[in-house]
Amino acid sequence: MADVVARDLRVARVERRITLHRFARRKSTIAFLMALPLIAIVACLVVYPALYSIHLATLNKSMQRFVGFGNFEFLFRRNTFWMVVEQSLLFAITAVIFKAVVGFVVAHFVHNLPAKGQRKWRGMLLIPWVIPPAMSTLAWLWLFDPSYSAFNWFFAHLGVPQVAWLGNPYWARFCVILVNVWVGSPFFMIMYLAALKSVPEQLHEAAAIDGANWFQKIWYINIPMMRNIIQITALFSLIVTFANFDIVKILTNGGPVDQTHVFATWAFTLAIWGNDIPLGASVSLFMAPILAIAAFFILRNVRRRGNEA
Amino acid sequence: VTITTATVAAAGGTARVARYGSMSRGRRRTLFWSYVFLILFVIFFLTPPAYMLITSLKTSAEISAATNPWWVYHPTLSNYIELLTQNQYLTFFRNSAIVSVCVVALTMVVSILAAFALARMRFWGSATLATGVFLTYLIPDTLLFIPLFKTFAFIHDKTGIELINHWWVLIILYPTLTVPFCTWIMIGYFASIPKELDEAALIDGAGYMQMLTRIFIPVAIPGIIAATIFCFTVSWANFLYPLAFTTSADQLVLPVGIVTTLIRGDVYNWGQIMTGALLGAAPPLIIYAFLMDYYISGLTAGATKG
Repeated sequence: MADVVARDLRVARVERRITLHRFARRKSTIAFLMALPLIAIVACLVVYPALYSIHLATLNKSMQRFVGFGNFEFLFRRNTFWMVVEQSLLFAITAVIFKAVVGFVVAHFVHNLPAKGQRKWRGMLLIPWVIPPAMSTLAWLWLFDPSYSAFNWFFAHLGVPQVAWLGNPYWARFCVILVNVWVGSPFFMIMYLAALKSVPEQLHEAAAIDGANWFQKIWYINIPMMRNIIQITALFSLIVTFANFDIVKILTNGGPVDQTHVFATWAFTLAIWGNDIPLGASVSLFMAPILAIAAFFILRNVRRRGNEA
Repeated sequence: VTITTATVAAAGGTARVARYGSMSRGRRRTLFWSYVFLILFVIFFLTPPAYMLITSLKTSAEISAATNPWWVYHPTLSNYIELLTQNQYLTFFRNSAIVSVCVVALTMVVSILAAFALARMRFWGSATLATGVFLTYLIPDTLLFIPLFKTFAFIHDKTGIELINHWWVLIILYPTLTVPFCTWIMIGYFASIPKELDEAALIDGAGYMQMLTRIFIPVAIPGIIAATIFCFTVSWANFLYPLAFTTSADQLVLPVGIVTTLIRGDVYNWGQIMTGALLGAAPPLIIYAFLMDYYISGLTAGATKG
């Protein structure tokens, strides 16, 4: 009798293990099936094209013959290419720095306001980020118009010489950066404002008692406390700015004489208009290294914070 | 008095600060300069949209006249009427709306399912996949459009299905931008839901699907709204994909439609361009006006969650 009970128990235990096992397997199978659409989209529309563009970059113009690094050699010999490299770096780095500075300053001003009024100001200051960039760049294009520029109208009344905003290469570079800063700094403002809210007020009080002035409070308290957000926002923005297309395309279309082309717009011009897909792919691949570096740092940052939590 | 209460609120309830005269004077000065500079920044930030509105209310004659460009002397709605009675502009609007709605629906279904699986159920390689999703979010559209263009041309050669120059191809393309990000922020939201909730549901005999629809989706509604807004804005605003993949006037979506059809050669009809751009910017702006807090939480979630 006793061993029958024992055997029954054993059977039950084994059965439970099997069902548990099956259950676990079923759970992971369901999970995999639920993630399958995502895997399919990412694999077919992101990973495959990204790898395919490396393959494309090694073909000749008619895409019949393998030329190895031929496209890159061709690019390295062209002046325009080095100009584009220079302009892309100048554009991305300057724009990110200015976006960060403007965002930081504006975030501090908004943070100084009474809590009740902050919402309204924040709402107004985020508008440039909400308008689709293609639409707002059209407004800038009209503001910079060669014959009816509304800025030049002011200058004429102030007695300042007129500026050929998009006609002069230096001014054109200034304009694309200005518009990018205009579009992007509200994002920095929101991120930095969120970071500022998490800085404990006691630290400022302690600093005030020690006689710190406003600059010391910002330099020794706010910046170290916000460092993580400052870094990660700048990295995100660097990726987006480096790959920017809309603003340059609409504002200058690369001109005057290719002086404002960045990688994205030049790749578009070569591949879609010039019908040289491999060359365009080679140009766009130059966005990858900076992307990889930024991704590495962002990922490290995200992981580290994941471990802390 | 208002400043005193404000400092109290700002200091988190410490009324001590306000009692010292010099400090409260310092605060008042800070506040004054904050307002001055904020007004300057608001002017800088709102000049282009304001100028869009000003120009959209003018006739072509007034735009080309040598009057003050910052003032409307004879306001008229003719630009709006002309655009909204024109079939072409309405086609752009319709294409944009259909594409955006479809992309939002597709993205939300795919990313909610995947985020639930990745955040809660786990399977072999799920952690790697979550990181991979984040990495693919960092790959920009400017890197992907050339190989995708070539792939679509190749598909046409092999199967005869023409994918280029149809507005609906954007429904296939936009998920490359929206799905990774939405999945990423939904993972963050789902991971923050306490484990006790799904244990309770499992004990009550709920299946995984029930757990998702009865517990996770209702609890994560703020996250879902934020992701939906992000998705909509991205698909409404994208400029590169439609510019590369669609060319016929009846297949264009708004941003590209305005740029390519309202600018004819060197003739810029600025009144209509500004009107079109303003109307095109209206849907995201309206959503933002009503759902600002969700919009902002979506913005900050991308970088701070995870």
